[in-house]
Amino acid sequence: MSNLNRRSPNPIWLILLLPYIALLWVPFYNFTEVNVLGFPFFYWYQFMWVPLTSLLIYVVYKVIK
Amino acid sequence: MAVFLTFFALVTVLGFVASRWKQGDLNQLHEWGLGGRQFGAVISWFLVGGDFYTAYTVIAVPALVYSVGAYGFFALPYTIIVYPIVFAIMPKLWAVCHQKNHITAADFVQGEHGGKWFPAAIALTGIIATMPYIALQLVGMQVVIKGLGVSGELPLIIAFLVLAFYTYSSGLRAPAMIAFVKDIMIYIVVIAAVWIIPEKLGGYGSVFDAADQYFTAKGGVTGILLKPTQFTAFASLALGSALAAFMYPHTLTGILSSKSAKTIKLNAIFLPAYTVLLGLIALLGYMAIAAGVQASPASDVVPNLFNKIFPSWFVGFAAAAIAISALVPAAIMSIGAANLFTRNLWRPLVNPNITDEQESKNAKIVSLFVKLGALMFIIFLPTQFAIDLQLLGGVWILQIFPAVVFSLYTKRLSTMPLFLGWLVGIGVGTTLAFMQNLKPVFTLHFGDLSLPLYIGLIAFACNIVVTGIFTVLLPKK
Repeated sequence: MSNLNRRSPNPIWLILLLPYIALLWVPFYNFTEVNVLGFPFFYWYQFMWVPLTSLLIYVVYKVIK
Repeated sequence: MAVFLTFFALVTVLGFVASRWKQGDLNQLHEWGLGGRQFGAVISWFLVGGDFYTAYTVIAVPALVYSVGAYGFFALPYTIIVYPIVFAIMPKLWAVCHQKNHITAADFVQGEHGGKWFPAAIALTGIIATMPYIALQLVGMQVVIKGLGVSGELPLIIAFLVLAFYTYSSGLRAPAMIAFVKDIMIYIVVIAAVWIIPEKLGGYGSVFDAADQYFTAKGGVTGILLKPTQFTAFASLALGSALAAFMYPHTLTGILSSKSAKTIKLNAIFLPAYTVLLGLIALLGYMAIAAGVQASPASDVVPNLFNKIFPSWFVGFAAAAIAISALVPAAIMSIGAANLFTRNLWRPLVNPNITDEQESKNAKIVSLFVKLGALMFIIFLPTQFAIDLQLLGGVWILQIFPAVVFSLYTKRLSTMPLFLGWLVGIGVGTTLAFMQNLKPVFTLHFGDLSLPLYIGLIAFACNIVVTGIFTVLLPKK
């Protein structure tokens, strides 16, 4: 881990900003249209970001290994 | 009731047996307080998961959603965005703490910046933030037991005694082992609930429709979607809570007890599974509305819903799962607080020459007192008090973030600027909270623009600014 301090960090880390943008910009997803399995968009969109975030973290994990 | 008691007894036995698991000298603080730092990815997943998703969560989140709709759902984005933070920051913290034998956040701060008063302040913040949280776990337990028809304090006292004894003897190994069982039970309960209940109510679509109609009929101030005035509050609550989440002694203890940095990274990838669970738990609030369940106080919504829909044996099982969900975090919280007290208050300020064995003994006793304090709190003070104090605790614990996290990334910080930042954060946070009657949101006005924001985050921003200013003004010697 120590050699990472001397180089600038791998840009792949930036993909971890995606969940923040996707979830904290609320007006983007605050509506009910587009139902999936009876769930309004506001709800299934948030649920979807759970496995998505796991995946993103996994990608970074593999890349920086 | 019989089902409830059976599972409770089973788990109690496990708690005592745990001391033999992965043998270690429980007279050493890192063995008692961190399980010997040997929990691999699977155990960690159960421990941190069981710790982070508590009984209070299962009771309070649906209650909030039941009362105010979409606004209460901030728990979902919160428990998603916390994981990149854990993945990015915690392995690094683990590595330093492992190398330098730190057991607590305050240990780390002491190691980076020296001194004893600022680490003591950090420790005090951790302890004070944790206590109401423990109290609320007991409240959660009380709510489910009441749902089984038993009122009063006696069940709590018994549960407390049980918890106290096995934590004393086994330390962190006890909740780790029990978390295993408890998480499985909770998964079973929640999956059953979110599958069977909507089926009985005509599908999820109907549930959301029913909730929608209910809120509209109540006047439409809140609903199944957010009102524009709620946007910034929702987002800032999610962000602030995510930043604070792993600053708490109990979550940090879970992290530091890991076997390796890699364990933590794997956990960051797999723990989000619990978040799906949390989202579904939150929806229980809407299901209750759709099922016509009344709950007053709102915290009764989950037991009332289960009592209405499920056969009594399942209600017993669910109650046991939730009650045990209170014990696991309560145990870890009391251990985390005890570690802080012993390492960072008692040892530096009272008895610097303490031996390892005395240290461990001290922590064991402190953890007992911490639990006792929480019990007294619940018995003698109104529940709202605990809820309010927990809110303040959340605001306060966020203020140690700069000292703990920023120190990992830059060598330019020193005690005085960090301390001033912390002080300002605590001051601003507490003042704003009292101005709002201990509600979490304060509205900032910029000209025509009004932004309701989570107080913790406002305080955090002030904290950072002050720390930054003084880091520039006061050069490090």
